[in-house]
Amino acid sequence: MKLFEYQVKKIMRDAGIPVPRGEVFFELAKAENFIKDLQAGVVKAQVLTGGRGKAGGVKLFSEPLEGKTLAENIMKMTIKGEKVLGVLIEEKIPIEQELYLSLFVDGRIKKPVLIASKSGGMDIEEVPEEQILKLPIDPLIGLRNYHANLTAQKLGLTGDLAGQLSSLLKKLYTIFQDYEAELLEINPLVLSRGKLIAADGKMTVDDDARFRWPADLPFNEEKTPLEKKAEEIGVSYVELEGDIAVMANGAGITMATLDLIAHFGGSPKNFMDAGGGANAEQMAKALDLLVSTKPKSILINIFGGITRCDDVARAYLTVKNEREIPVPVVIRLVGTNEEIGVAMLKEAGVESFSDLREAVIKAVGFSKVGGDN
Amino acid sequence: MAIIITEDTRIVVQGITGNQGRFHTGKMLEYGSKVVAGVSPGKGGTEVFGVPVFNTVYEAVKATSANTSILFIPAPFVLDAALEAIEAGIKTIVIITEHVPLKDALKIMNIAKAYGVTIAGPNTFGVISPGIAKVGIMPNTIYQKGPIGIVARSGTLSYQIAYELSLAGLGQSTVVGLGGDRVVGLSLAEVIKRFDVDSETEGIVVVGEIGGTAEEEAAEVIRNIAKPVVAFIAGKTAPPGKRMGHAGAIIERGQGTYQSKIDALWNAGALIAELPWEVPVLMKSALVK
Repeated sequence: MKLFEYQVKKIMRDAGIPVPRGEVFFELAKAENFIKDLQAGVVKAQVLTGGRGKAGGVKLFSEPLEGKTLAENIMKMTIKGEKVLGVLIEEKIPIEQELYLSLFVDGRIKKPVLIASKSGGMDIEEVPEEQILKLPIDPLIGLRNYHANLTAQKLGLTGDLAGQLSSLLKKLYTIFQDYEAELLEINPLVLSRGKLIAADGKMTVDDDARFRWPADLPFNEEKTPLEKKAEEIGVSYVELEGDIAVMANGAGITMATLDLIAHFGGSPKNFMDAGGGANAEQMAKALDLLVSTKPKSILINIFGGITRCDDVARAYLTVKNEREIPVPVVIRLVGTNEEIGVAMLKEAGVESFSDLREAVIKAVGFSKVGGDN
Repeated sequence: MAIIITEDTRIVVQGITGNQGRFHTGKMLEYGSKVVAGVSPGKGGTEVFGVPVFNTVYEAVKATSANTSILFIPAPFVLDAALEAIEAGIKTIVIITEHVPLKDALKIMNIAKAYGVTIAGPNTFGVISPGIAKVGIMPNTIYQKGPIGIVARSGTLSYQIAYELSLAGLGQSTVVGLGGDRVVGLSLAEVIKRFDVDSETEGIVVVGEIGGTAEEEAAEVIRNIAKPVVAFIAGKTAPPGKRMGHAGAIIERGQGTYQSKIDALWNAGALIAELPWEVPVLMKSALVK
């Protein structure tokens, strides 16, 4: 789950990391006094998507009226399809230097990595390798003074500033651990009047640790209503833009099924991984969900391992008997209890395939002619 | 010889009295795997399909000389279960569980490394050496003993490809599931290295997917080995920024794209199957050469 900047800054402020003075507003009527109080400052759109600066979602103001107008405009914006949730209004801080700091989990070396650079304020991807410090942190050891010393050296910070950095890094690592973060980024970390201040904050937390997230962690819904419904059923679902609804079991084979549909000239409407151990009831609900998206055809691709083909057949027949399925359904069944499943379908007059290629071609064919349904 | 799972593999099932643990213990026994013990705190002294159940891994190892563990443990408790196995002297751990917190996975991997323990998973279907044993949840019927090593990030997709290979008469030495998570134990590169020195393996099939850099790292290994490698990568049409079922299957910040993986593997000398059923065809032609 991604957090909004204002949420990250609150967590940082509470942990003792300096952030600019600021407040978030979801209704502008309440912002007027704060803007007047600041006189000059910055208005920042609160969205989860990246690249809001380039989209005009971050603007400076030098007097209150300008601030108010900017806040009104930014509040109404939609950035990369995401409606702006609110505006964070902050004091303007004089900038002597912009630095970059982040922590993220590197699956390759299986450790958190601390990234630091003198080139803050820009995309870290655009900074040349030699200007970036990448310091793996052994999770069994944690972030120690020597990591901080190395980082200060790379950033050219000495004396009191090196001390500030050291304290800030330890707090940052503590947040990273306590909030189960996958990514925690300060860009830029601003040097202003002898102080290091986190002028921006990004954080993504691990969804799999949800059962033990800290109580003060806010919750942001990132899923579409359909994706949420799928989550309740217990299947993994991603909305796509085509017209062939897909159900398969297993992430890899579901992705491969989408690729095959595209290869044969069709266009998938969704990714649905019904999982390795889906039961008949779950399957029926998942199938209902697919029907509700009004596709032109439905392709069910099951390689039975834990999932049993007879369960899949039963789920399909249940749904089919209870209500009209208004679009053609192509079923491919292979694996555990394949014979039983195929026989059940055959008895009900439903054709199934064992060959994946044939099934995909059939489903794509239906999507081309089935437009009038 | 096969890799990871051999004739010497003696299995302890952690979480043997749960639904999944019990079911798959039965399936593993049917396949001929040496399941010598189960662990379920509080259920010590009972049996599952004739397999003795212990309260702790330590007792199980002491009584049965188990050396390999498979975990059917709910995600919040996987960290503890894995550490228990490591401290009890288990040398290979297969973690089936999905949704293990990232922080726990990091801890497990770093401790396992210090103890010299091999981990497959989390979120893996397991490891099978056809004709010898399986430690996992894969179907029993689709594999044949033979010269092809398969290493995969995804279960059912690897079943599909193993099935195609078996139909084509290309049996398997070992099939290794790495797991679909962002942090997993065995890496693609490491398994390919092990297949390279395995006398029974003549060709290697890589079943990859979008997300992360495992395939790109593996390419560096593939460049330096003589055995033919055929790769199939899933997710060609996956949109960036979306998690495609697996936690690790996501294109982020321009990294982990299909094209990047295909380019890296192709430049390293691997053959690329664009469609799953091309895998056996390409492997056959490569083995003839």
